Amino acid sequence: MNDVKLDPQTNLDRRDFLTKSSVGLAGLAIAPGMMLFDLAHGKAPGEPASNKVRWGMLIDNNQCETGCNDCVTACNTENGLSGGTKATDSQWIRKVQLKDMQTERISSLPMMCQHCEEPPCVDVCPTQASFKRADGIVLVDKHICIGCRYCMMACPYQARSFVHEVLTDQKTEVPRGKGTVESCTLCVHRVDKGETTACAEACSKAGHNAILFGDLNDPESAISKRIRTVASTQIRADLGLNTGVRYEGI
Amino acid sequence: MSSTSLSRNDSRNFYILAALGVLVVFLGYLGMHSMEEHGHIVSGMNNKIVWGLPHVFAIFMIVAASGVLNIGSIGTVFGQTPYKIRTPLAGIIAIGLLSGGLAVLMLDLGRPDRMIVAATHFNPTSVFAWNIFLYSGFFGLAVLYLWTSMEKRFYGFSKPVGFAMFAWRVLLTSATGLIFAFLVARQAYASALLPPMFIVLSFAWGLAVFLLVQAAMFAWNNKIIDAAILNRMKNLLGLFVIISLYLVAAYHMTNLYFAKQTGFELFILRDGGIYPMLFWGGYILLGSLIPVALVYTPGLGGSKSVVVASALVLIGSFALLYVFIIGGQAYPLSIFPGYEASSSFGDGQIGKYVPSLPEFLLGSGGLAIAYLITLIGTRVFNTMPQDATAETAKNSH
Repeated sequence: MNDVKLDPQTNLDRRDFLTKSSVGLAGLAIAPGMMLFDLAHGKAPGEPASNKVRWGMLIDNNQCETGCNDCVTACNTENGLSGGTKATDSQWIRKVQLKDMQTERISSLPMMCQHCEEPPCVDVCPTQASFKRADGIVLVDKHICIGCRYCMMACPYQARSFVHEVLTDQKTEVPRGKGTVESCTLCVHRVDKGETTACAEACSKAGHNAILFGDLNDPESAISKRIRTVASTQIRADLGLNTGVRYEGI
Repeated sequence: MSSTSLSRNDSRNFYILAALGVLVVFLGYLGMHSMEEHGHIVSGMNNKIVWGLPHVFAIFMIVAASGVLNIGSIGTVFGQTPYKIRTPLAGIIAIGLLSGGLAVLMLDLGRPDRMIVAATHFNPTSVFAWNIFLYSGFFGLAVLYLWTSMEKRFYGFSKPVGFAMFAWRVLLTSATGLIFAFLVARQAYASALLPPMFIVLSFAWGLAVFLLVQAAMFAWNNKIIDAAILNRMKNLLGLFVIISLYLVAAYHMTNLYFAKQTGFELFILRDGGIYPMLFWGGYILLGSLIPVALVYTPGLGGSKSVVVASALVLIGSFALLYVFIIGGQAYPLSIFPGYEASSSFGDGQIGKYVPSLPEFLLGSGGLAIAYLITLIGTRVFNTMPQDATAETAKNSH
């Protein structure tokens, strides 16, 4: 019987082939999970927000029904707000009724923090408690807000509220505190889990679909596609703040 | 009356006045405590009028503090002897006013317990954060200025320190104006005129405070101020009030010229109820025209007229700040130009504000801090302006 001579080179090639294919197979096995995770735009706990994403909303004024308050109610429930409408109560989102002074056309739209790219609230905050996350969400760090309210003076959209009273029964996912300023967080706790905002969800449930939430940086996202095809505007676009919330039909 | 009993009376009066000051500071503490415990719900402030009466008091004191130091600057920087000998008194009043103003500003915060955060987290784009440096620098320089003005060995340093102080106070008052000037979306505020306007207002308000303290000190010591010096000072007060009027008019005129701002101006100047009333009656008539008349009308302008004019200038300053700060926020933000807006959050509506007792007490407490520091400072240090001695010394050279 002849000994089979193993070519050392062949042996090495085979090992290399096996190594590469195992890595490839492992990759193939993990990839769908990774892709799904990426598609859902969820974020692992502790993973920092990425500037590859810019979260935003497109609000269709024509679809927004006058008298419907579902987005406001959903926001209050989601974030543990009282739902009171006294001048001292927090309102993170509000329905604004508009009447065109020239044409007398009446419409309504939801108004909240516009998550500006150049947020005046962040510029003026003395302690950097007002900050913008890498993914464009403008937030208030409740631990370092000293309650000076300068951000409320600076916000062009009157989007911020000051907690005037002692709070009870807060939601663990939405920290709030007496003497600090707060505003729409774009449901950051939901977005980080790959979910949509409470207001957008409620609007869809009501069948209006006036609020479209998504990644403005992803050319394939529904919001980006829509912004490319329909005319949309930023409120007070003259201020040059490049808001993350856009409106169509006004 | 023997000199001993005079001194005993003097001492007793000092303690009575100090006790009154302490009482008002304590009432201010109660006001602050109530806001701290219950939250700002006990104030008249809300999500629309976010800065209220405490800010009127605080900004008055901070602006007047830098204005008072102007007395020293006229002496040190511009070499005017009657003003130079008033530098120590001006320095003490300025330190008192700034302390009172900052106390109110800090204790009105939603979280005054987090003041240290303002020092540990610094945002270079925030004019509030700049002010933390400017205020602490002002204190440091004012103490140094006092020292070099009162300690003979350091007289040589008084001029450079005086220059630094002058530059610093111009920066500080500009930054106070900038707090508002940087608010891009507010019809009432986004104007480059505000820093110079605040500087000129500070000249008038600071001099008015100084003249009142000076009159009290002369009366306390049974002395009469030199007529020529009083004449110079009251003419300067009249001039500052007139320049202030000019800048306030320029600010409103530019706004009136821009169609988008007309609504706001009509609100402040004509239709806004309490605000036009305070503007025309409080600031223009009581705070400007009558003081100017008292100061310049031939036959008037004596020490009593100057005291009344100074007091009226201060009443006018509160009226102007109330209109500027609270009226400026009450007018709705122009979020949807061309539309009539309404909502549950006050869109398109005039903001309502009624100052509450705790706010008033907090503001008064700040004034009492300024008063106490001035009272004790003038008692401990020799700050009584000695015009006759200065004149003799000058003549003997």
